[in-house]
Amino acid sequence: MSSALVVLIPFLAAAFPPLAARLGRSACAGTAAAATLVSLALLLANADALWSAPAVAWRADWLPQVGLSFSFRLDALAVFFALLILAIGVLIIVYARHYLAPADPAGRFYAYLLLFQGSMLGIVAADNVLLMLVFWELTSLSSFLLIGYWNHAAESRRGARMALVVTGGGGFALIAGMLILGEIAGSYQISEILQRGEAIRESPLYLPALILILIGAFTKSAQFPFHFWLPHAMAAPTPVSAYLHSATMVKAGIFLMARLWPALAGTEAWFLIVSLTGLVTMVVAAWIACFRDDLKALLAFSTVSHLGLITMLLGFGTPAAAAVAVLHVLNHATFKAALFMSVGIVDHEAGTRDIRRLGGLLWLMPITGTLALVAAASMAGVPLLNGYISKEMMLEQAAVTSYAGLAWLVPAMATLGALLSAGYSARLVIGAFLGRPHPGDAGHGHDPSPGMWGPVAVLVALVVALGVAPQLLAAPLVEPAARAVTGGEMPPLSLAIWHGVTPALAMSLIALAGGLAFVAVQERLDRLREAFPRPDAKRMFEAALSACVRAADRLIAATHTQVLHHHASVAVLAIAGAAAAWFWIAPHAAGERAPLPASAPAVTAWLVLIVATATLVLRHRDRLFAIVLTSVVGLIVSLTFMQFSAPDLALTQVSVEVVTTILLLLALNLLPKETPAETGAGWRSFDAVVASAVGLGAGGLAYALMTRSVDSISAFHVAQAKPGGGGTNVVNVILVDFRGFDTFGEIIVLGIAALAIYALLDSALRGAAARRLAAMRPGLESADAHPLLLVVATRVLLPLVVTVGAYIFFRGHNLPGGGFIAGLIVAVALIMQYMASGYSWTAARARFDAHLMIGGGVAIAGLTGVASWLFGRPFLTSTFDHVHLPLIGEIELASAVAFDLGVFLTVVGTVLLSLATISRVEERAEPPSPPAEEPRTLPRQSTPAPARPRALVTSEGD
Amino acid sequence: MELLVASGIGVLTAAGVYLVMRRRTFPVVIGLSLLSYAVNLFLFATGRLAIDRPPIVGATANPVDPLPQALVLTAIVISFGMTALIVVLSLRGFLETGSDRVDISASDRDSSLGSPPPEGAS
Repeated sequence: MSSALVVLIPFLAAAFPPLAARLGRSACAGTAAAATLVSLALLLANADALWSAPAVAWRADWLPQVGLSFSFRLDALAVFFALLILAIGVLIIVYARHYLAPADPAGRFYAYLLLFQGSMLGIVAADNVLLMLVFWELTSLSSFLLIGYWNHAAESRRGARMALVVTGGGGFALIAGMLILGEIAGSYQISEILQRGEAIRESPLYLPALILILIGAFTKSAQFPFHFWLPHAMAAPTPVSAYLHSATMVKAGIFLMARLWPALAGTEAWFLIVSLTGLVTMVVAAWIACFRDDLKALLAFSTVSHLGLITMLLGFGTPAAAAVAVLHVLNHATFKAALFMSVGIVDHEAGTRDIRRLGGLLWLMPITGTLALVAAASMAGVPLLNGYISKEMMLEQAAVTSYAGLAWLVPAMATLGALLSAGYSARLVIGAFLGRPHPGDAGHGHDPSPGMWGPVAVLVALVVALGVAPQLLAAPLVEPAARAVTGGEMPPLSLAIWHGVTPALAMSLIALAGGLAFVAVQERLDRLREAFPRPDAKRMFEAALSACVRAADRLIAATHTQVLHHHASVAVLAIAGAAAAWFWIAPHAAGERAPLPASAPAVTAWLVLIVATATLVLRHRDRLFAIVLTSVVGLIVSLTFMQFSAPDLALTQVSVEVVTTILLLLALNLLPKETPAETGAGWRSFDAVVASAVGLGAGGLAYALMTRSVDSISAFHVAQAKPGGGGTNVVNVILVDFRGFDTFGEIIVLGIAALAIYALLDSALRGAAARRLAAMRPGLESADAHPLLLVVATRVLLPLVVTVGAYIFFRGHNLPGGGFIAGLIVAVALIMQYMASGYSWTAARARFDAHLMIGGGVAIAGLTGVASWLFGRPFLTSTFDHVHLPLIGEIELASAVAFDLGVFLTVVGTVLLSLATISRVEERAEPPSPPAEEPRTLPRQSTPAPARPRALVTSEGD
Repeated sequence: MELLVASGIGVLTAAGVYLVMRRRTFPVVIGLSLLSYAVNLFLFATGRLAIDRPPIVGATANPVDPLPQALVLTAIVISFGMTALIVVLSLRGFLETGSDRVDISASDRDSSLGSPPPEGAS
């Protein structure tokens, strides 16, 4: 477990710095540093793998069905990288405390930093491919946040976006590659994949997997031609650059190649692709670095170059070269983090990072200057520093490597890379730290507080120590890690300062001398270089991006016409086309099921339906008439249900019909009463043809279906209704019991619809809609808005209808009825009060709140379901018992009744809320009348029109 | 009987599709109602037609398939919720813009993106 905590602690701790922000920047940094140190301590406690003990592993299943598990394994390679991440993390946290300005939100910074740190630790410690991909994406996201930390600067936002697009796009390829890899290996556990290297390399899918995985690794580690994002990510605060670009983010790609080395390396393809990419990156980036005037950009390209070096070593595919790669990861992290932080200090103190405006800083800030000098010397490969050891060994490996039959290519290019590396290191030192102080503003400046140079000093001490005593200090860490990379087989690592007179020594000397000479001719070379056109990666990237945006805009403009008719036509034609295609393929034999004989009433009803529908289509522009015809259609539909043995459906349909008609009438009162004729005959006949085709298809499909027999699962429901659900009405038992979860979802949807209606109309009482309402005078109204007969009838009927509703509700479990139907019936009775007596009269007397009914209904239904957990049964398991009540007799009480009560309340609440909300808006549109009077005694008055009485709007009590 | 129900479903679908392709909100709402009828009837018909065989245990020896009925019952109620929502949507749209067209006409397209009306006191 504690091995998983190494990764999880930074994530958990990320919440604390923002909370500590009130206590000041030191508190923020303190919490972040404490979390990192705890994680580091746990890591050391679990670092058994460094002492050749078995690696500590921990595993918990997450989604076992897809092979995703929370599994961590701290082998020597993981421990090695995690040590770098955490140790440099602590130094960065301390440094950032002094680097950030008081105005910068420190809480946010440290939270992002911890998120990033946790993601990196996740990548190195994950033992599951899918889990590693999750952390991989998290590093892209958290580094986006870190690079864009100064989000007020456009440069920082653009740099962050570019980094996200490039690394995120690479991550996409990586996902595909890793999935293929997992499929080949037959497991997503990395430790298992690594043992099946042979089978993986022989698979025909090896090459696609390799290329996709390498795209992921190369984008992350800024390898050519994906190197361009890294320099732009330098818009980040320097602590971020130092962290992301020395020890972490860009090393993730390297780590991935090292991690999968036993599975993927050793083939011709691996060697050709990886070593060449590394070699080209090393030389090209070093060349560019030599001509950068911005110190941070110089370091950025030098980082790219060194990453290329490590990639090349991994690409050689020999255990000895892989060991050198691991060593250089360590060395590069130390001297590069130190250099980044030094440049940050220069920027902080001198106010510029431009090499042309700097000079003589060694005399102005002796401590920082000395430290930077030593780190840069290490980068150049000066003996007695750690950079020398790994560079020497790299040259040694390069000297014996032949690429594509060219024995001289790799050694020569590696020497050139080393030469250029020495060149830009020397230029950095000579340009910024030696010479005479610059006369301008940048000429002032002094050493900062020890908080800033302290972390640099720690790193530089390491640079020297590792350079002087490599076998003593570096080997114990590097050797087990290298063994983990190669999967066990490795010649013994011998780290020494003096290897005797070897080709590598000669190459090294050439590089150092050449580097110094290069500085002398740098300016002349630069002028020569300026004369030639160079590709500008940033401009190309921006151009590609805006081309994508323009293409998307054109696509949207072409397809999104904002004309519903177009969209509806396309959708309908697409469906009709797909259906026609299937019809073409399918057999056309007639169904074997004998049809029922048609009866005279049925034919009559059918005729009514056809005539009503046809009239509706022809006369739909008269909207009131359309509503009448629609309800005729609805009635025929409910009669159909009645005829074909569906009493529950008939009851539901007829009640819904009433409610829908009232709803449409209410809405029509505020809408125009006629639809203008605006489409020409051409469009109308097009629509008619399309509609007829679809209708023909739907009817034909229904007929084909009904004339064929079916094997239904319903025998179970019928058989179990009584013994399992305690009711004889199978439809109701299905609703509240067998498929209760569906019903539960449905009442939630209903409730949401009602609340959406409320939200839509409640806000219509303000703003433009309210002004339009106030100006509106409803047209089609009788002189007496609230007829006496209707008022009396609805009030007398109310208790009767509620009783009927209760009856329908209780008998629902055994006979047609139930919560849905009872809810609709009661809602209609209540709605009729609004219709007859007006909104304000009814609302003033309502003893219930429709919102509460909806929420209460859903809650009751949900709690009924939860209650079965108390008895150790799954959600919504029902139970029932018989109770004997005096007078009424034996009745059956099922827990499903409570659930049905929830359904009932939700339906009542939904109908009431939607319709009452419309009536409330309606009332606003009417001429003002004093509220809370008997409305029927008040004939409509239009003469004095005082301001709207507030009571009308607020009488609902909310 | 099957032919009557099937042709009824066909006619309702055709009328629904035709009305949905109109240019004003109200016919679209009516068209969607007709489509709901057609769809509900179609779903119901998947249980096959039967006379005097209600799915009530004990009432008949061979009850009709109850499952489509249960599905259609909730579908009817949900259709009401949907109709209510789009009716109110069209109502609010009309109150807000003064037009009940389903499209944004080319001349309104730019002005509709302008500043919202000032909030009235409530």
